[in-house]
Amino acid sequence: MTDAMTSAHTPVVSMDAITKTFPGVKALDQVRLDLYPGQVTALVGENGAGKSTTVKVLTGIYQPDGGTIRIDGDPVRFSGPNAASAAGITAIHQETVLFDELSVAENIFIGHAPRSRLGLIDTAEMHRKATALLQEIGAPFGTHTVLRDLGIANKHLVAIARALSVDARVVIMDEPTAALSHKEIEELYELVETLKSQGKAILFISHKFDEIFRIADRYTVFRDGSFVGDGKIADIDENTLVKLMVGRAVDQIFPERIAEPGEDVFQVVGYSHPTEFSDIGFTLRRGEILGFYGLVGAGRSEFMQSLFGITRPSKGVCKINGAIRIIRSPAAAVSNGIVYVPEDRGKQGAVIGLPIFQNITLPSLGRTSRSGFIRLAEEFALARQYAERLDLRAASLDQDVGNLSGGNQQKVVIAKWLATQPQVIILDEPTKGIDIGSKAAVHDFMAELAAQGLSVIMVSSEIPEVIGMSDRVIVMRDGRIAAELSGEELTPETLVRHAAGITAAPRLQEA
Amino acid sequence: MTDAPALSRHIPDRLNGRLSRVLRSWEVLLLAVAVAIFIVNCFASPYFLNAWNLSDATFNFTEKAMIAFAMALLIIAGEIDLSVASIIALASTAMGLALQYGAGTAELVLISLTVGLMCGAFNAVFVTVLGLPSIVVTIGTMSLFRGISYIILGDDAFRGYPASFAWFGQGYIAWVITVEMLFFVVFAVIYGIILHRTNFGRAVYAIGNNPTSALFSGIRVQRVKFILFLLTGVMSGFAALCLTSRLGSTRPSIASGMELEVVTMVVLGGVNILGGSGSIPGVVIAAFVMGLVTFGLGLLNVPGIVMSIFIGLLLIGVIALPRLWAILARRKAT
Repeated sequence: MTDAMTSAHTPVVSMDAITKTFPGVKALDQVRLDLYPGQVTALVGENGAGKSTTVKVLTGIYQPDGGTIRIDGDPVRFSGPNAASAAGITAIHQETVLFDELSVAENIFIGHAPRSRLGLIDTAEMHRKATALLQEIGAPFGTHTVLRDLGIANKHLVAIARALSVDARVVIMDEPTAALSHKEIEELYELVETLKSQGKAILFISHKFDEIFRIADRYTVFRDGSFVGDGKIADIDENTLVKLMVGRAVDQIFPERIAEPGEDVFQVVGYSHPTEFSDIGFTLRRGEILGFYGLVGAGRSEFMQSLFGITRPSKGVCKINGAIRIIRSPAAAVSNGIVYVPEDRGKQGAVIGLPIFQNITLPSLGRTSRSGFIRLAEEFALARQYAERLDLRAASLDQDVGNLSGGNQQKVVIAKWLATQPQVIILDEPTKGIDIGSKAAVHDFMAELAAQGLSVIMVSSEIPEVIGMSDRVIVMRDGRIAAELSGEELTPETLVRHAAGITAAPRLQEA
Repeated sequence: MTDAPALSRHIPDRLNGRLSRVLRSWEVLLLAVAVAIFIVNCFASPYFLNAWNLSDATFNFTEKAMIAFAMALLIIAGEIDLSVASIIALASTAMGLALQYGAGTAELVLISLTVGLMCGAFNAVFVTVLGLPSIVVTIGTMSLFRGISYIILGDDAFRGYPASFAWFGQGYIAWVITVEMLFFVVFAVIYGIILHRTNFGRAVYAIGNNPTSALFSGIRVQRVKFILFLLTGVMSGFAALCLTSRLGSTRPSIASGMELEVVTMVVLGGVNILGGSGSIPGVVIAAFVMGLVTFGLGLLNVPGIVMSIFIGLLLIGVIALPRLWAILARRKAT
């Protein structure tokens, strides 16, 4: 017992001054993270704070550019995922990586199955070991069950059994409760307790504060890829933790906006979807920028895509300039003046493989053609007009859009929509993963568009951007509107509180 | 990445001149191959350089090429139709059946095109409405359509097509120019314009490069694909008309294996089998290449089975060579 007590004060894994840079972005800047045996450490931070990158560094998927990882005090370098796994570090991912068509036992032991003397897989031994593991974690299914037949919670159990089968000393759980029901979450908590009692160090990543305070022993806070603070959960309260998470000097400069929104342009009432969102409504005015904030999985993108006609709402109506319109396809949305700049530029925004000018004119071909026949000169003229308006940096207009940087690809996608002369533009994470320079250009441009009378809906997970750009912000949580904030109420703390559903927080003023 | 240095504000339309782009294109390489084969054939057989022989040789590709034009659009859009030869069988059988009930040439034309259209619509519904992969759907209808022909005809054949019907597959416009050759040219121009000069053609390219982005850009992706399946169906119906007219009879085994030759022609013409790129001029040249090879080998009395070996080698060779060059160039560079 004394042994365990002393070891609880020295970390199993210790990350020190870890830096990881991607082209144009410093994902991790000298971060620190210690994981202690028999303790749950919660890693807290906004989207983009560097949590996922940290997990990937710890599991050997990324190699850090600087800093040291120590295991039991000895510096190590993970050449790949196998090295990290051999060192006893396993991760249970958000979308668990398992094999649907294999049995539970095969899933647990894939890659390190017990072998018979002939070198073949010793099936009997494998099932015996798997049964023992499943008993240990109290799993209610057998080792011969095919994984496909299990629910998401039970798949998590298989992933955990797999982690135990390699004698993991460190278990990383990345938002493990995101897709679980209330009862399943309780069962997971019990399991975490079991793992703790076995002396495993647990890194727990979650956005839910109730959860963090329920099961974590320690916390570490990251912000914008930097280490902000750590300590014992017992020594901190929710409000202080939220402040640590978001409290920054807002060093980005946002364009000055004289917000004088005009008449109602776009009205949405009671939009619902069987699984993704329910009862969402708002009114958007001419020249207004309406922000949508929420955690990943809050249903923002799904809702926006239903406005754009990609998914159909099960209930709800939308009105454009006071008239009810039914939008069943993106083509219908575009002809009604609603356009959508998706989050995933490469897969949904730009048509990689087509030249820049064809990307820009794709939805506007009706205007650059005569009875369906293309007029190349007019097409180039239209493309040039919007490419230059957005200050696109490209070698030529017939260059493949795939050769452009992320920021310039985004400009092409926005140019494509402006060329249709829309009334409402929906921007889904418009500056995600693009460099600071292009970011500022996109922000300036949004302000300019709004000033010219275009109504903008901006989905963003970046708090400074949401606050700096929006006239009003709708916070979504679990597919519902959690709050609508503007003016004085629009602070980083209130945003995070509503998004995470912290009810115990002191309200400044009840509306 | 390859972003240009900050060009004040003006972006040129194109960097390379039109000529240099044309010269480096696949089509030019293919044209060189065609010329080479032509020259080799001139030396290989004394009967090759004869206007009537060459005219006969065009039958080797005209019917296939008609389908290949529509197929090129379909493959560029990321889909495929392997049932085209079976549509020919079914359309031809339908014509033969109608003939038994006294149908005239006008009715036969109408029936062939209608059957083609309906078969295309049948494929289209499964692919665009039910969202099934076209390769699986059309492998299924490949058996289905030809199976129906076998049920109707068994080992029999329909004969006795009217004399006026022979015009399609046996007629001449002037001197050695066949009616089929005229159709080939007309369809080449029509499909070339559709693909390269219309909004519809632009949508086809966009869908082939990225169907999701195309959808997100307001293109009616499923509608475009539906139309493309109708087009391959109708063109197969038209090819059935020409082939039946030329042969003067219908057997259920008519045009068997032709779907692979059509796809070969399309791919040889530089259309990316994964979709997204390709051109009608490329397919036109590929049609000539395949026609010249089969004709040349035919004059040398090479049996049909060996001929298919040559076509296969030609296809793999022409596709693999540029890739090999690229790999070798990269090796040298490093």
